[in-house]
Amino acid sequence: MDFGFTEDQRQIQRTARELLADRARPERVREHAEAGTVDRALWRELCELGWPGIAVAEDNGGQGLGRIELSILCEELGRALAPVPFLPSVMAATLIEHAGSPQQRERWLPGLAAGEFTGALGTAVDGMAELVIGAPDAAVIVLVEEDRSGRLLEAAQAEVTLTASIDPTRPCATVSVVSDGGEALAGDVPAGIDRALVAISSELVGVCDRALEMTVAYVKERKQFGVPVGAYQAVSHRCAQMLLETEKARSTAAFAAWTADADPERLPEAAAMAKAAASDAAREVTASAIQAHGGIGFTWEADVHWLFKRAQLDAALLGGGKRHRAQLAAILAERLGAPAVG
Amino acid sequence: MDLTFSPKETAFRDELRAWLAENQPDVEPLDGGEDAHYAWRRDWQRRLYDAGWAAPAWPTEYGGRGASLTESAIYFEEIGRARVPFAANTLGLLLGGPTLMVWGTPEQKERYLAPILSAEEIWCQGFSEPDAGSDLASLKTRAVKDPEHPDQWLVTGQKVWTSGAQYSKWCMLVARTDQDAAKHKGLTYFLMDMEQDAVQVRPLRQITGESEFNELFIEEARIPDANVVGGVGNGWKVALTTLMNERAGLGFALQIRLRQLLDDLIAAAAERGLLEDPRYADALAELHVRCESIRLLAWKGLTDAERYGQPGPEGSLVKWLWSDTNQRLTELAVDIIGPEALTAGTPWSYEFLRARGNTIEGGTTEVLKNIVAERVLGLPRLKVAA
Repeated sequence: MDFGFTEDQRQIQRTARELLADRARPERVREHAEAGTVDRALWRELCELGWPGIAVAEDNGGQGLGRIELSILCEELGRALAPVPFLPSVMAATLIEHAGSPQQRERWLPGLAAGEFTGALGTAVDGMAELVIGAPDAAVIVLVEEDRSGRLLEAAQAEVTLTASIDPTRPCATVSVVSDGGEALAGDVPAGIDRALVAISSELVGVCDRALEMTVAYVKERKQFGVPVGAYQAVSHRCAQMLLETEKARSTAAFAAWTADADPERLPEAAAMAKAAASDAAREVTASAIQAHGGIGFTWEADVHWLFKRAQLDAALLGGGKRHRAQLAAILAERLGAPAVG
Repeated sequence: MDLTFSPKETAFRDELRAWLAENQPDVEPLDGGEDAHYAWRRDWQRRLYDAGWAAPAWPTEYGGRGASLTESAIYFEEIGRARVPFAANTLGLLLGGPTLMVWGTPEQKERYLAPILSAEEIWCQGFSEPDAGSDLASLKTRAVKDPEHPDQWLVTGQKVWTSGAQYSKWCMLVARTDQDAAKHKGLTYFLMDMEQDAVQVRPLRQITGESEFNELFIEEARIPDANVVGGVGNGWKVALTTLMNERAGLGFALQIRLRQLLDDLIAAAAERGLLEDPRYADALAELHVRCESIRLLAWKGLTDAERYGQPGPEGSLVKWLWSDTNQRLTELAVDIIGPEALTAGTPWSYEFLRARGNTIEGGTTEVLKNIVAERVLGLPRLKVAA
């Protein structure tokens, strides 16, 4: 039993954090958010480092590392709010890897792993998906339906209409299937969705972590009535609550990432727990961050709102807390008679 | 990261689980009051002791198994899972013994450890006072040297929340020995013999109607010098050792109890057709997520303890989340179970009322939040007006 990272995993985390602290500085993120652009220079650099293919099997052109390593990168990119199509692209690759045919894998995975082109993943109702992150630039788009069936579209097979979400750090689009376009994903779509949920959850953990870090720094600095506001328990207890929510999300996301590789039978439950915990945590923690920043937190100038906005989009992505708790309740109902204790 | 158990840990779990399956305690005496109940738990500890399962975390030289932190956590998980009672002398096993192992003299270890393990001598904890709860170091119970017997102390004061005091031989007592020293400096840790007239035990009736705890009224109780633990004036440090041990292992048993209670509640909801009701399904699933994250955070704390030598202040998060979750769970139970859960003497009404203590005992949630804010997040400490 060891809940910690290996030395290699810690190294990945350190390297990623240092790189992003330098390349995705807040002013740079703001620049791209305000212009509505992707940071192509950063994306190229991440691709050269092999990030998009970290969890793609070596046979499919990736590095063949695990979901924990992928989660580490997702968390760091979430922390930095990096304006790159990493999450949508790795989610598309995950779906294709788990649910695609050999031909589909061969056609798309090496390119996605190398970052030659990007992908996107959306939730569709009757062939139309709204707010598909990364879709405007994607060469391949995976749409999953409510019944957990999946469809793979080349960009030409989709009508992609740019839409502005409240989170301008990543471009979004409405995606519609053109006539009978696209191919069905015939494999294990739920296995892909569950792994995508883990990736989103990890990004949300990063968002929480950063929101808490910024808030703690601010309330130590900001003085009212002659003392740092962080000395008041109304404020410090709010920060403690933010940590509690963050750690709940972190522990369930780490567990889900671990089960994805080591104990896949438990993944559906673990992924639902992670996404439920992370979605709610991120919305609560980033809202708290705005509140603890006071007036400045409500301004466009303070960077805390980017985190709040990222949290909303990611929380909604593939279903939020309520959806995944309903999923969990179904799992619990099914399991009645056999307690969950492992 | 590896959330599986080593063959050695699995063997430990299997051995204990097999033993527990073969060795159930006698039927719990539901009539006969607290004395009968206590005798039942004492008997259970003797059977654990005979099989070497009273305190596996103790080093082998003191009669334990030298179990690792992980094995110790497994032990409490299995005790919780088997739904057997805690040993009668839990405070001696978890707090008193380990504190003596750190601070006790060779003579003290020789004299006290074995009878703790065998339940021959029961221990209780004399820390809190009516005016010293969260602010423990402000305690007023005082110990002065007996002018006629300079190797003896006379202790006067009042203690509260002393569980098991009526059955105890020894009390871990923190008293003020230097009135002039700074608040944390003038304290000394004693082992007080409870079998003397100068110590009066009065049961403290709690909101469940029963008396788990007592008040102690101490009027010139006698303690020999030999019963000072860790040196005169060093009581705060010794007390912290005791407090650090307080939640280390027990958390795993509490976490399993919470899991069992939730499983019971889910089953009750299903029987009533409420698991398909989205309102209840959502609330039960949220409890499930919390329950699992308590388990995960507890294991994470253990990993940190094994890597860095001791549990970090993050342990406060687990206790905070556990106590809050147990309250939410029992509140939801009142909604799901209905009138039975508000009928006196039923198991659910007991759980519901008892849960109110969870966010107070062993560190109030407010104090835990302060610890998290100051020691984990590094926020400035609130300066209280003198």
